[in-house]
Amino acid sequence: MQNILDKTAIVGIGQTEFSKFSGRSELQLAAEAAKAAIDDAGLKPSDIEGMVTFTLDTNDELALQRCLGIPELRYVARGPFGGAAASATVHLAATAVASGAAKAVLIYRAFNERSGKRFGQPMVDQSGYGGFGSGPDFHVTFGLDTPAKIYALWYAHYMHRYGVTSEDLGRYSVVARANAATNPRAWFYQKPITLEDHQNSRWIVEPVLRLLDCCQESDGGVAIVVTSLDRARDLKQPPVRVAAATQSHQIGGNIMWDYYRGAKVQYREAQSTARQMFASAGITKDDIDVALIYENFTPIILMALEAHGFCGPGEAKDFIKDGHIALNGSIPVNTHGGLIGEAYIHGVNNILEGVRQIRGTAANQVKDARHVLVSASRSSMILGRA
Amino acid sequence: MKDEDFFWEGIKEDRLLFQKCSDCGTLRQPPGPMCPSCQSLHWAPHAASGRGKVVTWIVSAHPTRRDAPPPRTVVLVDLEEGVSLISNLQGIDPKDVYEGLEVEVFYQDFNGLKLHQFRPVQKGSV
Repeated sequence: MQNILDKTAIVGIGQTEFSKFSGRSELQLAAEAAKAAIDDAGLKPSDIEGMVTFTLDTNDELALQRCLGIPELRYVARGPFGGAAASATVHLAATAVASGAAKAVLIYRAFNERSGKRFGQPMVDQSGYGGFGSGPDFHVTFGLDTPAKIYALWYAHYMHRYGVTSEDLGRYSVVARANAATNPRAWFYQKPITLEDHQNSRWIVEPVLRLLDCCQESDGGVAIVVTSLDRARDLKQPPVRVAAATQSHQIGGNIMWDYYRGAKVQYREAQSTARQMFASAGITKDDIDVALIYENFTPIILMALEAHGFCGPGEAKDFIKDGHIALNGSIPVNTHGGLIGEAYIHGVNNILEGVRQIRGTAANQVKDARHVLVSASRSSMILGRA
Repeated sequence: MKDEDFFWEGIKEDRLLFQKCSDCGTLRQPPGPMCPSCQSLHWAPHAASGRGKVVTWIVSAHPTRRDAPPPRTVVLVDLEEGVSLISNLQGIDPKDVYEGLEVEVFYQDFNGLKLHQFRPVQKGSV
């Protein structure tokens, strides 16, 4: 596969603090993060020609453009739905830069997801029967009314098939919280947990998810600037190359209610993005130094480890137990604490951590990190040195 | 007008209906306007037997529906016709459920809203 994306680079990152109550508007969070990212790159707002976010983001591109004083946008695109599009943001931005559609693209994701609309709350019972307008719904009406339940139904299938226990999941939470504990940006900074804490946390969806299997709900904003690798060499920061980026949406799939295409014990989209990226970047899973994996809930870490070939099908529980994903392991995972430990900025905060790992500025720096995987399973990227 | 309206009309009459492509015969669920196999727009409702096997299940302990007593077991059922459906499983403790458990449909009225529900296949039932 011809790779033109590797002529693009991430040159700026910015963020607000991550909290449970930001005390300001979502647009202000987006504007603060965007300004910080543009400053970090050493660019001016007038250098930005494109914008990318999620379809779910509430911040209008033109409103943010006005805040930042950007005279004209020539490229605007949104990745599909929510967290599954986290890495699609860079795919869209890099594609625009590589094609010449925009010289520099600003990516943003900002929300008051804890103090405002909480995704974890049950979908609103509007009709008395279900959540989506009038009449019954194929899912909400039967009790699949929160993300925890919606995803637990297919995570349960994976767990049954491979004999994965709640303790197996908890071992990931312990790693995520250990990493967050030494990351000053993390909400759970200096707050590690033990496996016993995990096992004592209450059931959210028995027998699949406990409280400490769930990502946080967070307020905050993050932003990223993408431009060409050539231009990046003249900017303020060491360029972080987009070595590969892609998406996968397969027939019959559904981002949340993904029940209609047979066994759910392997994550086909993550398998596909892995195959595509390793081929286009000309590397293998052995070249990946850090893996940053979108985890709304713990089981997806296990499925993603298997989908990328870091271990075989059903082996992830033992792979984690054997210490492979810890900071000193063979493939450190979510070195910032992930969405469980750092914050839930819908997975885009994972990309910022990827940039820091390549720059060598992460709180939990992996020595000599050359290739970082940032996977949101249905969209993914590999970041590398210039 | 929604693509799934026919399904809920069927449920009102105790019938489990799926779209069957009039050109290639493929059944589809969830409903959609076009056959994913041959792109035909022509279809007719096909009544399923209501027999199938449990694929996966969870306990929904915090229901938001006013008329459903907690907790409910939510199941993904693979029907013998080859389509899958989400429903609730009654008549068995969730701890006793297993992948492959044979189940059959029944219909229950929840405050004027009839829904399809499933239960383990009864001995001697057809």
